[in-house]
Amino acid sequence: MLNTISFEAIKTAVQQWLNMHWGPHLAFIAECILIGLLVIVFFAVLGLLLVFMERKVSAVMQIRLGPNRVGPKGWLQTSADTLKLMLKEGLTPDGADKFLFNLAPFLIMIAAMLIMVPIAFARNFQIWDINIGVLYISSIASISVIAILMAGWSSNNKYALLGAMRSGAQIISYELSAGVAVITMVMLTQSLSIQDIILSQQNGWWIFKGHIPAIIAFIIFMIAATAETNRAPFDLAEAESELTAGFHTEYSGMKFALFFLAEYINVFIVCAVAAILFFGGWMPFHIGNWEGFNHIMDYIPSSIWFLGKTFCLIFLIMWFRWTFPRLRIDQLLNLEWKYLLPISLANLLLMTIIVVLKWYL
Amino acid sequence: MTGLYTLLQINQLNNTAENYFPIGVQIIFAIGFVATMIGLSALVGPKRKTSDKLENFSSGIASHGNARQPMAVKYFLIAILFVLFDVEVIFFYPYAVNFKFLGWAGFWEIVLFVVLFLIGFIYIIKKGALQWED
Amino acid sequence: MNVIQVLFWILSAMALVSALMVLLSKNPVHSVLWLVAVFFAISGHYILLNAQFIAIVNLIVYAGAIMVLFLFVIMLMNLNKDTEPQKNIWMKLAGAISAGCLLMILVSLIKQAPELQAKTAMMNEGGIGLIANLGKALFNTYVVPFEISSILFLSAMVGAVVIGKKD
Repeated sequence: MLNTISFEAIKTAVQQWLNMHWGPHLAFIAECILIGLLVIVFFAVLGLLLVFMERKVSAVMQIRLGPNRVGPKGWLQTSADTLKLMLKEGLTPDGADKFLFNLAPFLIMIAAMLIMVPIAFARNFQIWDINIGVLYISSIASISVIAILMAGWSSNNKYALLGAMRSGAQIISYELSAGVAVITMVMLTQSLSIQDIILSQQNGWWIFKGHIPAIIAFIIFMIAATAETNRAPFDLAEAESELTAGFHTEYSGMKFALFFLAEYINVFIVCAVAAILFFGGWMPFHIGNWEGFNHIMDYIPSSIWFLGKTFCLIFLIMWFRWTFPRLRIDQLLNLEWKYLLPISLANLLLMTIIVVLKWYL
Repeated sequence: MTGLYTLLQINQLNNTAENYFPIGVQIIFAIGFVATMIGLSALVGPKRKTSDKLENFSSGIASHGNARQPMAVKYFLIAILFVLFDVEVIFFYPYAVNFKFLGWAGFWEIVLFVVLFLIGFIYIIKKGALQWED
Repeated sequence: MNVIQVLFWILSAMALVSALMVLLSKNPVHSVLWLVAVFFAISGHYILLNAQFIAIVNLIVYAGAIMVLFLFVIMLMNLNKDTEPQKNIWMKLAGAISAGCLLMILVSLIKQAPELQAKTAMMNEGGIGLIANLGKALFNTYVVPFEISSILFLSAMVGAVVIGKKD
């Protein structure tokens, strides 16, 4: 196995080095600081990468070039944009509730950062495996609704308030079917811990061995995830043509950049959760008894597997955005309450029957 | 507190409260990150505040009255139905973890639970409570 | 004092201060957001008691769902200054007296309950708050209350629709 350059090996090496040189207490504090810094660096890189990816993907879909001036092939475009936003003035409008207006970006970033805790990036590379990991993720995700309502209400702007209300109604509605889809998969693993869910897919990903209910759950989860991240075709909360920019209309400079970053991090998180639940997280792709094939697959590092799956799903969500036209709010709520929720509940019962009868591998 | 010293090492003392420590660390770092970014931006960015600039944005026309107008009652209906269904969904989690142990008895319990919810759901749809436009 | 105790005091102080701020803040939206802070502190307490599932459910249901409902309800009302009803001094007095009575009853009950005083909270031990054990208890011992709760939800749904839908 090529474990010498994996994240797991680096982690163990760092841990050993710290414990050898500094003693357990200092080593622990150093680890905490290292993890915090790592997550922040990861956020920054992820934000830059995903915005660039979105622009390139949209360019390809609309047969144009996209950003291509700053840096080789436009690679530095998003860094330049960030620098520009940094140099802009951060305004707080006169009628705004100053405290809440400035608190909202903090809250939304705290929520984004907390969700990162249980996500496994590679084999044995996870900040901490919570024994109710999946539930924890959905609980923190529901906190970000409060940040959005806070931002929209405190701005004292009609567009912002309307956008926040729409976005709040949308996120809470789609949280239901996303939750049921997650439970459908938890039925198979009988554990909410991310580590257990991934390890249960050792001999095949759930999307393959979970029969039809797993596929239905995956489709429902992807629709709900797109809606929960407020992305097109469900982006009527920030419908540019009618509501300017939705709940962050009044935000400028770095505060706007933080909302933007949080949006892309949320896209990454929902796709990572989907990759973990349905595609086995960092588990390599194995086919039954094909020993040779499975060995070759094992040579690909686990982090590549995880990031590869996640980015494929992110591409899928971007594809949605540039393909489908925006829904109206009544269509949006009908889709959730009259179709997705009953279907996902029926799907859950179907999955229960399958597992009770032991009709799966 | 031995679990704390091996923060990166997973699955050790998985079920104790001390393991929630990383969450506290993450909160501190998130606050620090946002504060640094906004502070840095405030430091290097221009500060020329005029009353025109600080006005609320309303597509170039003067804004009329307070933005905090009463909202439609439909939002309230969606929120309260969400609360009810959310509690239902949360009841599924302990079931999903335990249902092999519970077997068919547990299955019928949950079916009864879902059926009662479905009755309410059908009532809501029939009454047109989720109809956005009257 | 060990770390758990220090955390307990910090969380208690947080909960009490936020609860006071719920009452003292003039703006109802601020009150709701302080209430969210209270729920966070209480979730922290649950984690100290090793009731992790309850802690997370407290966050999802109370901080996530019910507070969003509260915010929506507050945004339904007209909160501008000129429509704020002037509260009668007698109303305030009646409210203070009835709340004081409730507090007195609670305090005296706790004082008179020796079985409560003899017990110390299970800090960081015991597994009943973990999801697997909780589920076993819920679907075996407490299955009748569980089913009855769904009837409660049914009535809540009907109530919401009757109130929210005028025709």
